[in-house]
Amino acid sequence: MQPLIRIRGLTKRFGSGCDRCLDETGPEHDTNLCPHCGSVLACNDLSFDLFPGEALGVVGESGSGKSTLVRLLHFEWEASAGSMEVHRSAVGSHLLAEMFPDNGDYSKNLLLLSHFQRRQMRNALMGIVYQNPHLGLRMGISSGGNIAERLLGAGWRNIAKMRRRAAELLEKTEIPVQRMDEPPANFSGGMQQRVQIDKALSNNPLILFLDEVTTGLDLSVQARVLDLIRNLRSEFKLSMLVVSHDLGVINLLCQRTMVMKAGHIVEDGLTDQILQDPQHRYTQLLVASQL
Amino acid sequence: MITVENLTKTFTLHILGEKKIEACHDVSFGVPPGGFLGLAGPSGAGKSTVLKCMYRTYLAGSGAIHYQSSAYGMVDLATLSDQAVIDIRHREMGYVSQFLKVIPRVSALDVVMEPILSRNGVTRDVARKRAVSLLERLRIPTHLFDAYPATFSGGEQQRVNIARAVSWRPRLLLLDEPTASLDQDSVGIVLDILKELRQEGTTMIGIFHDPALLQSVTDSVYHIS
Repeated sequence: MQPLIRIRGLTKRFGSGCDRCLDETGPEHDTNLCPHCGSVLACNDLSFDLFPGEALGVVGESGSGKSTLVRLLHFEWEASAGSMEVHRSAVGSHLLAEMFPDNGDYSKNLLLLSHFQRRQMRNALMGIVYQNPHLGLRMGISSGGNIAERLLGAGWRNIAKMRRRAAELLEKTEIPVQRMDEPPANFSGGMQQRVQIDKALSNNPLILFLDEVTTGLDLSVQARVLDLIRNLRSEFKLSMLVVSHDLGVINLLCQRTMVMKAGHIVEDGLTDQILQDPQHRYTQLLVASQL
Repeated sequence: MITVENLTKTFTLHILGEKKIEACHDVSFGVPPGGFLGLAGPSGAGKSTVLKCMYRTYLAGSGAIHYQSSAYGMVDLATLSDQAVIDIRHREMGYVSQFLKVIPRVSALDVVMEPILSRNGVTRDVARKRAVSLLERLRIPTHLFDAYPATFSGGEQQRVNIARAVSWRPRLLLLDEPTASLDQDSVGIVLDILKELRQEGTTMIGIFHDPALLQSVTDSVYHIS
């Protein structure tokens, strides 16, 4: 099986950078801050594949670069270096000629596309759910409107169809359809999270980014959101990148897991292997720290 | 079908000052297709470690685990890519331990149906029938079928665990003390089920605490010291 997306050498540096940045940051120095030029290497030379239909976990402490990774892949921030390529099977025919000029299996580097093209690719391929619903939703406009906004971005134009799609998704995630015209600000945290999931799924993305989606929810709500994600995954055949510091969440959702520390991937493997036979010092500490 | 060569596994505990613990040393054995190999040895000898290395829950330190996969041909499970191991686990290789590790908030019936549905390509109806008959055979009371196994007794949990592991008829089944907390009658039922599975062609490697049991179900025994 070929990867759905290939990430190579992905790097995000905040600051001017110097020629000693790469050597003097990372897990062995326990920092991502360069002592010479003061640059922060939030993500440093990350390479990995995401396969069709798989849930890939990303664990690591605060500041390890997990969320930066998601923001780079979701084109919210500009990468300093590296490439992201998508398999041609994932791309609609109208974009094929543009994205695969040499007719290969993998697209050109998506990170170098124009703003417009990146937005096109994002709308066609990706959905995202943030830890903080305020980042993913407009709290003042209706929940249906939030979903419609995403659909508009993906090229939908028929209002009645958009309403039907929104209602269908809200129903699936157990939000009463009669509350579709209420703004998410009226909803509980768990409901807001589910509206975010609806919005992310509305255009049938192939890749779903989940950034600490259950952090801060109470346990029973957390359980329902996780059950929902699990069911959606089997129903929609999504690939997911699941960012969490909670090993329980990762264990429940992901077959494969990467461990990040100070901007690097220090270890990756099958999730049960990472949890039961961790190799890296930091992973051992993380697993031993579990409640 | 599967050959383990000079398998050695050492854990390096970085957070305990690089302490090294050797879990198994220079283990070698082979199992022919349809065979049933028992692993014997005192507690702590590394029996479970060997099984976990084969399932890739542990990374082998050195040595090889040659497996004749139906999808991939001859592979070394010690070094095969994660993606291929996931696929082989999904299509061919099952693992059952003495502890039930199931997804929370999923009913006993669904726990057993899930692998049949996702792996055998049968209809819901067929999967359901097969799961019900397994659970009934393993004497799980009917009124518990839609309850969560997390609330079951130890013996019931273990029987659900076995039902899940055998339900999809894996090609290779690794058994880590699957009968440890079962009463005599239940052990008999489990052994019958394993016997039938073997007749259908499943190759097995198992750890059983009871030496008499080990001798009676397996056709060869490897002693780990």
